[in-house]
Amino acid sequence: MTGYVVRRLFQMALALLGVSVIVFALIHLVPGDPVRIALGTRFDPDIYEALRARAGLDRPIVVQYFAWLGSAVTGDLGVSFRSGQPVAGLLLERLPATVTLAFSALFVALAVSIPLGIVSAVRSGSKLDYLSTATSQIAVSVPDFWAGIMYILLFSLVLSWLPPSGYVSFLESPVEWLRHLALPALTIGLISGSIIFRFVRSAVLEALNQDYTRTARAKGLSERQVIWRHVMPNAWIPIVTVVGLQLGFLLSGVIIVEVIFAWPGIGRLALLAVQDRDFTVLQGAVLLIAFMFLVINLLVDLLYGYLDPRVRYD
Amino acid sequence: MTPGIDQGVGDAGEPIAEHRSRARATVDTVLRNRLAVAGLIVLALLVLAAILGPTIAPYDINDINVADRLTGPSTAHWFGTDELGRDVFSRVLIGARVSLLVGFIAVGIALIVGVPIGLVSGFYGGAADSWLMRMMDILFALPAILLAIAILAVLGPGIVNAMIAIGIVYTPIFARITRGSVLTIKESVFVRAARSLGATDGRILRTHILPNVTAPITVQASLSLAFAILAEAALSFLGLGVQPPAPAWGRMLSEGRGFFEQAPWMAIFPGVAIVITVMAFNFVGDGLRDALDPQQRSVIESRGAE
Repeated sequence: MTGYVVRRLFQMALALLGVSVIVFALIHLVPGDPVRIALGTRFDPDIYEALRARAGLDRPIVVQYFAWLGSAVTGDLGVSFRSGQPVAGLLLERLPATVTLAFSALFVALAVSIPLGIVSAVRSGSKLDYLSTATSQIAVSVPDFWAGIMYILLFSLVLSWLPPSGYVSFLESPVEWLRHLALPALTIGLISGSIIFRFVRSAVLEALNQDYTRTARAKGLSERQVIWRHVMPNAWIPIVTVVGLQLGFLLSGVIIVEVIFAWPGIGRLALLAVQDRDFTVLQGAVLLIAFMFLVINLLVDLLYGYLDPRVRYD
Repeated sequence: MTPGIDQGVGDAGEPIAEHRSRARATVDTVLRNRLAVAGLIVLALLVLAAILGPTIAPYDINDINVADRLTGPSTAHWFGTDELGRDVFSRVLIGARVSLLVGFIAVGIALIVGVPIGLVSGFYGGAADSWLMRMMDILFALPAILLAIAILAVLGPGIVNAMIAIGIVYTPIFARITRGSVLTIKESVFVRAARSLGATDGRILRTHILPNVTAPITVQASLSLAFAILAEAALSFLGLGVQPPAPAWGRMLSEGRGFFEQAPWMAIFPGVAIVITVMAFNFVGDGLRDALDPQQRSVIESRGAE
């Protein structure tokens, strides 16, 4: 087990290194000189050269990469070309908003998909099953940003129940925090939930058709016991896989939904950085999101061992 | 799928009669699936709209008529008008062009790059395989939309660059699926037979392996079209895809946001168009999967990998 974790951590570091090369290479090919853009109309050749030297842009690209990587591992991701603030600070400032949104969306997704998926499978062919399967089929085809806009239209503009955008910290006002969180979390959570729903349903259906389930029924267990003691323990494994994959999708969704709801997270920061050609910020944001993604994948793999005693890590 | 042993053993290439009957069986299975047929009909209409667009649209897409700005749906303007008095219905109709074009070309790029990578990786194994697959894993380690945004940050916004960005994002999926299928096929009897008859690697790949891995690739391609269209819409929505004044559904949505209270139809109809298109591709993809390759991951799971 320890050997496996060490090996996976090593692989993760390698993947992250690969991501860093790609991100660095990509962003240094960006057309347009960030220093020139940052200076704008106040252009002065002396200041320009000084700024370029300060950012290390006058050195060879390979040297720049290793310098950047060397500082990155110590948590120094450089300075924003636009605002002059440290990138790591900008990211840390926005991390809680993004993490809050991602986990709330996951909570919505699981709260909808797991109970509905189990009930739909147990009563497969029922009206409820038919209705939820059809709804999930439609929901998979809905772009998250459009769903967000439609929720704002309905819940903010027509019904005036919830604020259309913005963020309030939990410490400031828990009620307002929840009111602002509701629509973005629903936007991502319901689409993600409809995807997870179909997997829960098919995983439970498959476990219901196994011999051990028939045996459990034959020996006279109640339906409740059959489902919770025999069906679900076997259905969890494929479900965890999908939830793990969904977290990646969730992170993608968060980027766009943050823009729609003016949510002060990392996705919105990354997009603003694209517009401003503030590539140190973009580098940092992409690297951080890739890092979170890889950590999630590792955690999902480790969770298998806990859920399925047959999985051996060696 | 028929057992591989009776295909191409005599090195005569793909037996033509059987190939045709298999294609026939696939078509029949797809046509029995009502959702897939509905999807095909919708797609046919969309392609028609994309081709005939300007001739059947009631107004020119850039017909500015400020007197009629922000009017609701009516018999004159079915989907209402936008902030410049342009007809939303005509723009949605023509918007099908961008969506389908970007979708098909982006998936085409992913196919052209991903399938050869998967073929080489699976067939030769070894160092080439591990290097190529590690590279694909790295691309996979980034959320799809973020990777596309980063690529567009480099290339600059625009429709061609959006196609390239989406194509790169979906390349690893095709490489992985192709590689997986090649790994199972290359051990089959007919491949070993061809090899013992002295067939070259290129010939084995072309005439024995490629025809046998097309089923999962076809299914993945049709499902990827749905995601490519969603991705294009998202990028255009963010202002990184199609540039104005060309109408693209994603772009129309983002413009519509500014006139939310006065003209909700500006944001509603382009969104409905996206949902219907994506749903049609998903239905066709699911139907193809059931017909060609029941074991393959469903539409849902591939979206999960976004």
